[in-house]
Amino acid sequence: MKFLKTLAVSAAAIVMGAGAALADGELNIFNWGNYTSPEMIKKFEEQYKVKVTITDYDANDTALAKVRAGGHGFDIVVPSAHYMPIWIKDGLLLESRPDQMENFKNVDARWANVDWDPGRHYSVPWQWGLTGVIVDTSLYKGDINTWGLIFDPPPELTGKINVAPEMNDVMYSAIKYLGGEWCTTDKDMLRKVRDKLVEAKPKWIAMDYGVIEKFASRDFGAALYWNGAAVRSRQANPDVKFGYPKEGFPYFMDSAAILKDAKNVENAKLFLNFIMAPENAAMISNFAKYANGIKGSEQFLGDDLKDAPELVVPKELESAGTFIMLCTPEVMDLYSKIWTEVLK
Amino acid sequence: MSNAEAVAKKFRERDIFGRWLLSFPALFVIFIAAVGPLFVMLLYSFMVKGDYGDVKYWQFSGDGWFSVFFQRDIFDDTVSVADAHLLILWRSIRLAAMTTVLTLFFGFPTAYFIATRPEGKRELWLFLITIPFWTNILIRTFAIQETIRNEGVFNTVLMKLGIISSPIQIMFTDTAVLLGMVYVYLPLMVLPVYASLEKLDFRLVEAGYDLYAPRLQVLWRIILPLTKPGIIAGSILVFIPAIGAYVTPRVLGGGKNMMLGNLIELQFGQGRNWPLGAALSITLMIIVTVALLFYVRNASKSGAGHGH
Repeated sequence: MKFLKTLAVSAAAIVMGAGAALADGELNIFNWGNYTSPEMIKKFEEQYKVKVTITDYDANDTALAKVRAGGHGFDIVVPSAHYMPIWIKDGLLLESRPDQMENFKNVDARWANVDWDPGRHYSVPWQWGLTGVIVDTSLYKGDINTWGLIFDPPPELTGKINVAPEMNDVMYSAIKYLGGEWCTTDKDMLRKVRDKLVEAKPKWIAMDYGVIEKFASRDFGAALYWNGAAVRSRQANPDVKFGYPKEGFPYFMDSAAILKDAKNVENAKLFLNFIMAPENAAMISNFAKYANGIKGSEQFLGDDLKDAPELVVPKELESAGTFIMLCTPEVMDLYSKIWTEVLK
Repeated sequence: MSNAEAVAKKFRERDIFGRWLLSFPALFVIFIAAVGPLFVMLLYSFMVKGDYGDVKYWQFSGDGWFSVFFQRDIFDDTVSVADAHLLILWRSIRLAAMTTVLTLFFGFPTAYFIATRPEGKRELWLFLITIPFWTNILIRTFAIQETIRNEGVFNTVLMKLGIISSPIQIMFTDTAVLLGMVYVYLPLMVLPVYASLEKLDFRLVEAGYDLYAPRLQVLWRIILPLTKPGIIAGSILVFIPAIGAYVTPRVLGGGKNMMLGNLIELQFGQGRNWPLGAALSITLMIIVTVALLFYVRNASKSGAGHGH
């Protein structure tokens, strides 16, 4: 009993100690896991005397569901482009007008006015990248610029493939692989897509996030995944290369925005402005290894990123990439039915 | 009405009021924390699903419940039994049952070992059993992953010893999931079984030996019947969380073969079908309740059986 009492007292002491460490202001960021640079956060905390708390999510839908449920206490969220219209339409975001902020001049013209947030009234660029195939070339020597490695895998890779459990990315890739267009409602095409996915799934080993350490430990031979993770996988395992599927690959951009029911709006606005400064944007990229969309950040990038093959799309394959757009609810309904059938 | 009666009535009323007042905290907690959320879930399961997740409030439909059991083909609109859901349900029940059996298989000897130690030493052993509880389930699951993955401890040792030449694929298989589940839930079996073994009168075991019962018969006819309440309690404690297990199948199974918990999560996430998710959750609760009733009925029968 005496032991238990000691334990309880020390637990209470730890909790109270943590409470005392709180600074004047707070900021709660809800972001993708393994995506936020700790150095950048530390710099922000010191510069503005704000205590930052980061909570992870692993999928756009998870974030959306949690925020919709209310009572989350988050100030900032970082949704992907094709989800942004849902967030805006549902009134979940605050119209914080980043386009009028001081550092907005640094945003690359390519990202200053985008379809999913016209005029950037809600969000600022966080990072952008694309989905492709990460391959351990010690196992497979052939052409890696094709979705065939995932959907019709060669024997060397069969049973060693991981597919990100992201409906949009997987459906996009499968539709493109079979020659269709994103948002298609063509039943014949969709039947082929479903059959192909059902046929390919037994040849995959997992459908999971967190590939970097699995490539390092050589548990995975190939993955349908994002290019930033490919950079980090290569740093952990030099045999890893990133392929840009010639059949068509999806670009994505995640953008930071303030939630409508944020409690620390002023701190959140400071943060949005802060991440549009080139040296801060570069810190985000240096950590998560994706490009950031802020002009002038290149000079602050680490040497490993300046000429990373995973971040520069080869000229001849540039036209193969498009942004994933939000399809109509009917189309999404159809796609999620196929997705559930594949996942069972 | 006499004066005395009036006073007595007043006291009774005050008494009743007092009882309500005293039970208010308990009732409040039960309604707010248990009945309330359940009601919300029930309500959601009967609403129309929203375009991109969420529900359309106060528009009711039976679609959520319909799709628990039936599915409409995407291509030709024919209705059939939802075999995907039944498959996942069966997979979950089978996994939970196997976990229960295996935890009993490993947990019973463990509990017996502890119960037969000298009185002062038992607490130390129990303490060792409870240590894993101090760690988050996710961390325990990742620890297993580190042990069994291709370049993990297990495979490395076997390869160094020259027993195998290439790593055995354990990660992302059903074996990995089962291993993780048994490890995580083992203490939940050991503790109740130990509680009933501790109360076991070992003179009865000695009497059995005196009457020339072989060891197996002593176990089967004396020890097991007397510890049945503990075994049943342990089985309930293991089976119920195991059937809704989410973390272990996802981390060790690689998220390819869904369990009920993962299926429910899918509906609130990428499946964007909250009514179906709510209906599936309630279905899971009904299964658990039925299992519980079954166990409780068995437990009371066995209690009457040997006259305790």
